[in-house]
Amino acid sequence: MAVDEQLKIEMGKQGVFVTTLQELYNWGRRSSIWPMQFGLACCAIEMIATTMARYDLARFGAEVFRPSPRQADMMIISGTVTKKMAPQVVRLYNQMAEPRYVIAMGACAISGGPFKQGYNVLKGIDRYIPVDVHIPGCPPRPEALLEAFMALQKKIDAQPLTGEGRPRHLDAEAPGEFPVPEQGAHDLEPAANKSVWTVPVVIR
Amino acid sequence: MKTVEEIKASIEAAVPGAGVEIVQNPGPAAQHSLLLTAEKAVEVAQFLRDDAELALDFLSNVTGVDWLDKEITEKVKVTRTVAKTVDGVEQQVEETVEEPRKRVEPGRLEVVYHLYSMSKKHGPVILRMRTGNRTDRVELPSMTPIWRAAEFQEREIFDLFGVVFDGHPDLRRILMWDEFKDHPMRRDYVEPDDYDYEPTPHDEVLAKAKAHQEKLAGTAQAAEGDAAR
Repeated sequence: MAVDEQLKIEMGKQGVFVTTLQELYNWGRRSSIWPMQFGLACCAIEMIATTMARYDLARFGAEVFRPSPRQADMMIISGTVTKKMAPQVVRLYNQMAEPRYVIAMGACAISGGPFKQGYNVLKGIDRYIPVDVHIPGCPPRPEALLEAFMALQKKIDAQPLTGEGRPRHLDAEAPGEFPVPEQGAHDLEPAANKSVWTVPVVIR
Repeated sequence: MKTVEEIKASIEAAVPGAGVEIVQNPGPAAQHSLLLTAEKAVEVAQFLRDDAELALDFLSNVTGVDWLDKEITEKVKVTRTVAKTVDGVEQQVEETVEEPRKRVEPGRLEVVYHLYSMSKKHGPVILRMRTGNRTDRVELPSMTPIWRAAEFQEREIFDLFGVVFDGHPDLRRILMWDEFKDHPMRRDYVEPDDYDYEPTPHDEVLAKAKAHQEKLAGTAQAAEGDAAR
C-alpha cells in the first residue's frame, strides 16, 4: 500500500504525517542494525576503521558491535575464510536470530581472492550461507563498506511485509538453519550447499 | 664466528660419532649447512646450544623440503671387445665407449633449522636432517626439548610435509584440521578438484578448469549411456 508521494508532502506541510506500517517497520529495522563483532583477516582492520570517528558507522545506526551472534543482526564476513574456519562461520550464522543479513567484505570473502587456488581457502562464503551484499576490493576502503551498508539498508527498505520477498522472520517456510560443512579427509564436505549456491553461468 | 668446517670439527670433538657432513651451498651466499644424522642430532644440538663459544641460543626458523625420487642419467665408460676390420683383417679389438646409464636417487624429506646466537651476536648456523624416504621412514628427532621455538614450526612441518618428530611434546596438525589426511606442501599433493566455477581462468587454472569440465562431460555421457541401456 503506497502513499502518493505528492499527497504526503502536501499533508506534511499541513502538519500531518502520513506513512505506512511497512515504511515505519522497515525504517526501524534498517536504522539499527547491530553487526556482529567478528573479523577474519586484514579486511577486519578496515571494518574497525569504518566504525571509528573518521568514517563513523554510527551515523547509520550500526555502531553497536555485539560479541554474541544471538544479539546481532548482521554479519560482516571481513576477510579470508579458510576451510578450517568455514564450519565455524556457518555455525555462527546459524546462531544468529532472524532477521539476519550478511555482507561479504573483500575479495577473499566473496571468491577466495588471491588465495583462490590455495588448498586451504574457501572459494567464497556464499557457497554455504546466503550473502546479501558482496563488496570487491583488497581490502575495500571504509567508504566501500559504508556503500555496502547503504545498499543493505535499501534492500531492507524495499522488503514488503507480506507475500513474495518478505523478510525471513516473517516467512515460516524459510530455512532457519544451514548445514555446517564437515571437515573431510581431503576437503570440506559438501563443497557447497546446493540450496544456497549453484554454479553461476558465465557468459563470455 | 667459526666457519662451518670449524664448527664441524668442534662437534666431532665433543660428540663422538656425530657423523656430521657439510652440505655446500654453491651460490654467492655460500651459506653451507651441517647435515646431522637422526641418531646423534639431539646430542649435537645440545652441544651447539650449550657450547660457550658458539652459544646458539636462538632458533629463528624451521622449514621443510620435499625431494622427489630423482632419475639421474650419467655417462659411464665401458670397455668391451668388438669385432672390427683393421687394415683389411678382421680382429677382436678392445674399445672404450661412453654409455648412458640411469639410476634413481630415492626421494626424501628434509628439515632445515636456522640458528643464531643472541648473546654472541652471530649466525646463522644451518642444520639439516633427512628422513629415510618419503613414505614409511619419516621419523626425525624433535628439537623442541632443546629450543622451545621449534614446537609450532615442527607441528607445521608435520602438518604440511608429514615429517614425524620423535620427542615432540604435542605433535598435532596446526594449520589443517585433525581429520585432514594429506600433506599439502609435498610436491605430489593432489588438490581437491573444485574448479567448477572459474570466471576468469588463465594458464594453469584454465587447464584445470577445462580438465574439470571434460571430466563432468565424461560422467554425464556415462550416465546417459547407462540410461540408454
